Amino acid sequence: MASPPHALSSAQVSAALGRAARWNIPEILFWLVAVGAYFALPTRHLILNEIAILGLFAVSLDLILGYAGIVSLGHAAFFGLGAYTAGLLAKHGFGDPLLGLAAAAAMAAALGLVTSFLVLRGADLTKLMVTLGVALVLGEVANQMSWLTGGADGLQGVNMKPVLGLFEFDIFGSVAYAYSLAVTFVLVVVARRIVSSPFGLSLRSIRDNPLRARAIGIPVNRRLVAVYTLSAAYAGIAGALLAQTTQFVSLEVLAFHRSADVLLVLTIGGVGYLYGGLIGAVVFKVLQDFLSAITPQYWQFWIGVILVVMVLAGRERMTEKARDLVRRVTGRGRPTSGAAPAAGGH
Amino acid sequence: MAAVLETTSLVRRFGGLVATDNVTFSLEKGARHALIGPNGAGKTTFINLLTGVLQPTSGRIVLEGQDITGLKPEDRVRRGLARTFQINQLFGGMTPMETLALAVSERNGGGRDWWRPLGRASGMAEEIGELATRFRLTDVLEEKTVNLAYGKQRLLELAVAFACKPRVLLLDEPAAGVPEAERQELLDTVASLPRDVSVLLIEHDMDLVFSFADRISVLVNGALFTEGTVQEVSTDPKVRAVYLGESVDD
Repeated sequence: MASPPHALSSAQVSAALGRAARWNIPEILFWLVAVGAYFALPTRHLILNEIAILGLFAVSLDLILGYAGIVSLGHAAFFGLGAYTAGLLAKHGFGDPLLGLAAAAAMAAALGLVTSFLVLRGADLTKLMVTLGVALVLGEVANQMSWLTGGADGLQGVNMKPVLGLFEFDIFGSVAYAYSLAVTFVLVVVARRIVSSPFGLSLRSIRDNPLRARAIGIPVNRRLVAVYTLSAAYAGIAGALLAQTTQFVSLEVLAFHRSADVLLVLTIGGVGYLYGGLIGAVVFKVLQDFLSAITPQYWQFWIGVILVVMVLAGRERMTEKARDLVRRVTGRGRPTSGAAPAAGGH
Repeated sequence: MAAVLETTSLVRRFGGLVATDNVTFSLEKGARHALIGPNGAGKTTFINLLTGVLQPTSGRIVLEGQDITGLKPEDRVRRGLARTFQINQLFGGMTPMETLALAVSERNGGGRDWWRPLGRASGMAEEIGELATRFRLTDVLEEKTVNLAYGKQRLLELAVAFACKPRVLLLDEPAAGVPEAERQELLDTVASLPRDVSVLLIEHDMDLVFSFADRISVLVNGALFTEGTVQEVSTDPKVRAVYLGESVDD
């Protein structure tokens, strides 16, 4: 066979394949700004903490939505379980923050593993309903078990020990932000490593075309179970961060609007590249903060309007799955069949 | 020569319809075997049974002496049974390079690798280079698959199946829909597949069947109608009768 004109050397192929794993300047800047915010905005540590937690929660949703194409309207189930796990541990004398994170991750992962077998059955709409159902069930269980969770009054008496035995949580949220940011950073580093591994590529292939994925020997269901469990663990850690840094857990951690908000956050920032969740969280929280300051009674109205406009304007950033979802919910039928799947993120 | 892939009394019913009717078929090692038949003859059902997309109502499928009837599609691929699709089934958002890397990595069990960046596995880059050369994809390796010319997508369809290192390769109308200008490149590529891969070709295009295959099986109404060498089948008056009245491609 004649030598082709543009043959790539093996080194070039290796370099091209490894490109997604390398750090680029915008992401380094992103983290520098996040650290800089600690010093530049010393009075805003409470909201910065909330942003970091929401960002991590959105990253966890991106792992299943952006990389594996699983739509969920019940991601708060894992967030809430993680929050109660960490909160209850601390209330009963195990107040070490990192221990709480580990326990929350384990509990949420276990719930993710068990429910993944329900969620992976059926089409997107089924998934949506099952995830929603699981979150609703969990919410009601937490409500009924008020002897354990405090029910509608919330979980009182969450007593945190200092982070690493050194940094006591303060009322200004300074330690809280530093702690949440550090945890989020580490978990994002781990996530970006995972999504650029062969395992991560196999998830993208399943999202693009599960039929072909099976035809090259990928055990599709096993991979989806794995990423769903991982995503649940991430969400559980985000919930634990909230419980630990606010030293309180209310039923609201399991509420439907939390699941819906995180989907909005991800839609604002864009799915399938991990940073979408973080950027979306910044935009969402800043908007919420700004609007509730200028119009305390109508801020929800305005945030709704802005979100609708943003989503309509930023549609091309959403993956095929999210687009499908919008079409179904608005009743515009299925997208043209046989069309090649759209590019998701990069 | 020994059979690499055999079916015994394979039956598949959809309600009252018998889509695959008692098919006992064998593919010899190294074969270039074509499966033809009029539209609706059950070729696609037969392929879906072989690859495990469908389960047979009764009968057995044996690959290299091992019963694979109950195996899932992905497990059959691991045992050396790969396929291409009549309508492209590719990863639109990925590049051919990523697609091939994925197939190679899965074949080597690398899909369970959570931690190492893609492309670090030894020999991976070399193998992708070889695949790209064999299937004439070197100049488009880094383009997004949705943007490739149709003929290149068909080549990638072949390449990704071949990257699974199959012992048996099922080609479902590989030249379907390829424009005339890109056709020869595709046919040459199919013709130059190595002989240690046994090929079952499902095809409408008689030119391709006659130039490629050394044996032909004819499927009619789900049942095996006749089988023989290209010479025997092409001169068989019964086969001609089956195809008469059928709209023949080209």
